[in-house]
Amino acid sequence: MGKYIKFFLVGIFFGIVLVKSEAVSWYRIFEMFKFQSFHMYGIIGTAVITGIIFLLISKIKKVKTTEGSALRVPLKELGYKRYIFGGTLFGLGWALCGACPGPMYMLIGTGAFSIIIVIVAALLGTFVYGLLKDKLPH
Amino acid sequence: MEYILQPWPWYISGPCIAIVMFSLLYFGKTFGMSSSLRTLCAIGGAGKHLKFFQMDWRSQKWNLIVVVGAILGGFIGHNLLSNPIAIDLSQETITDLNALGFENVGKSLLPPELFSWDAVFSFKGILILIIGGFLVGFGTRYAGGCTSGHAITGLSSLQLPSLIAVIGFFLGGLIMIHFIYPILF
Repeated sequence: MGKYIKFFLVGIFFGIVLVKSEAVSWYRIFEMFKFQSFHMYGIIGTAVITGIIFLLISKIKKVKTTEGSALRVPLKELGYKRYIFGGTLFGLGWALCGACPGPMYMLIGTGAFSIIIVIVAALLGTFVYGLLKDKLPH
Repeated sequence: MEYILQPWPWYISGPCIAIVMFSLLYFGKTFGMSSSLRTLCAIGGAGKHLKFFQMDWRSQKWNLIVVVGAILGGFIGHNLLSNPIAIDLSQETITDLNALGFENVGKSLLPPELFSWDAVFSFKGILILIIGGFLVGFGTRYAGGCTSGHAITGLSSLQLPSLIAVIGFFLGGLIMIHFIYPILF
């Protein structure tokens, strides 16, 4: 169990951050897609800029992971169809229920138990993707 | 302590999310919340029917631990570290939502019009949650990632596929809010 504690702590921190930043709120997602506030763009923007800096520093300093290998981000396979089609379908769902996968879980913790219905539906969606995977353009 | 209890500004929250991403990379993993949905399907036995779910889910146990932590983090953030104050939404958002029939906008994290048990057990209400959730599950796996995997990790590592995916996220979100919401509400 010991080696998993760090993941547990990262998860707790992540949950606190997204609740305290209100990124788990359906209202904030609606506001973002209406371009009526800078808040969500500020969060995603500073996350990406900080992330770029972190990755740049770790590349220069040749940081190694705790597993001993070089720290790097796995490359996504090239192409565009799966990203634009899949991305658009996810965007439709994200805006409809106001939660992406991380916040779905955190919302259970805030006591919004009806979100469990959304999670079960997301599991079903994942399963159906597995079912249709070979028939879809990627 | 007072600053912690207030809602956190974007310039604090964004870098904190980058810390989450970088910690997982440092531990030899990658940040991606939607992957946990696939793992849960695999644990549920989906691999008996579909090759896509024939995976060594034990190698993904760490991600489920992150999920359990995130649930607890949600509890702590909401119950122990929060002042019960309304979300500071823009006035236009409140006006627009009032016009769509939403009341008490921003008084809770989720609108009761969609997430209260009364709403959930109405035909339209349950359909919205199920279709929304289904699209999230289907779309994230099709695109190979969600906000954490593509928007944060993928963009931070300057990957073009992730930029295309994020453009897709916004395309879908804008279509939903600007064209489908006026029909739904």
